Amino acid sequence: MIEEKLKQNIKSVKKGDQSAFEDIVAFYQNKVFAICYRMIGNKQEAEDISQEAFIRAYLNIQSFDENRKFSTWLFRIATNLTIDRIRKKKPDFYLDAEIKGTDGLDLYAQLPAEQALPEEEVESLEMQSYIQNEIMQLPAKYRSIIALRFLDELSLKEISEILEMPVGTVKTRIHRGREALRKRLRHV
Amino acid sequence: MKCNKEIVELMHQYLDGAITETDEQRLRSHLQSCEACQTHFQELKRTVALVTANIELKPSKDFTSNVMAQLPKEKKRMSAKRWMKLHPMLTAAAIFFILMFSGTFSAWNQDQHQLSYPKGQNLIVENDTVIVPKDVVIEDDLEIKNANVKVEGKVLGDVVLINGKHLSASAGKIAGEIKEVDQIFNWMWYKLKDLTESVFSLD
Repeated sequence: MIEEKLKQNIKSVKKGDQSAFEDIVAFYQNKVFAICYRMIGNKQEAEDISQEAFIRAYLNIQSFDENRKFSTWLFRIATNLTIDRIRKKKPDFYLDAEIKGTDGLDLYAQLPAEQALPEEEVESLEMQSYIQNEIMQLPAKYRSIIALRFLDELSLKEISEILEMPVGTVKTRIHRGREALRKRLRHV
Repeated sequence: MKCNKEIVELMHQYLDGAITETDEQRLRSHLQSCEACQTHFQELKRTVALVTANIELKPSKDFTSNVMAQLPKEKKRMSAKRWMKLHPMLTAAAIFFILMFSGTFSAWNQDQHQLSYPKGQNLIVENDTVIVPKDVVIEDDLEIKNANVKVEGKVLGDVVLINGKHLSASAGKIAGEIKEVDQIFNWMWYKLKDLTESVFSLD
């Protein structure tokens, strides 16, 4: 039902009805924001990028093929913008660093978890920022995969379309990213 | 002790929801016998749970309105179109009134200075006065524009005077009402009332 409504809205936006875009933004804002935040690790920046992603989507709506999934298209815009921003921000020395070793786990295996959490229960917000902090320790290419995978609604194929890479690569990166996070979060 | 990579790979396939039944069986039986892998698997599942539960990840409340405010201005034509789509009844009513008022208005302008009265009823016109002669009985309403009226005979219906006066000197009888209309709005009001009466009258 919601899908149908969104399809109708996209059609209206294509015809030039700006107000129909509002529901689209409202519907996808949390997801787009979550993706950007997981990748860049800063709420203000994530919000800026998410807004820009929606504006870009609006400006380029004519190039969107209605036979395809809108979310995939929108998330691709968001991830590309975020990757651009990360590149511009600072040369991320993790970004291009290939992880040596066949399973790619060795690098993380050597790193002990930096902070131990206090024994008492942590507030979920604190917990979130702790988790995000751990995610930020991963190379950007793993962060984008993890951001998309843990939205928990995209198939591997959709992720491969968003990031424009083969499904096989997506799979290995998810596995490696998950292993790396496991090592970081095992004490939580 | 480190179990072989194959088992870890199976765990990931399981978490991806892409594991065959035989592989799942293998994973299960291995996990039952191997404590290290069990811990590994639990940790993986916990990681997934921790990262997936991102309920707190929400942009600011005015996110949508901020985005909408930053979009380029749409064409005026579109917003008018949308308004009409949203209010079809109002649009129809507006068009109806525009047409009707422009119609009546031009009719008003047209016969502003033209004397008009029902023809063929044996009425007499003297200067700017329409006279209903003594022996004449008008069975219907009498509508006269731009003239005074003097009734010496009988009018069984109403007398409507637009831009004119009923001369009280007249001695005849008017069974209905006398309505004098000399303002455009009064006239329009009269027309409207007339219209609604004719629309809603049941006889």
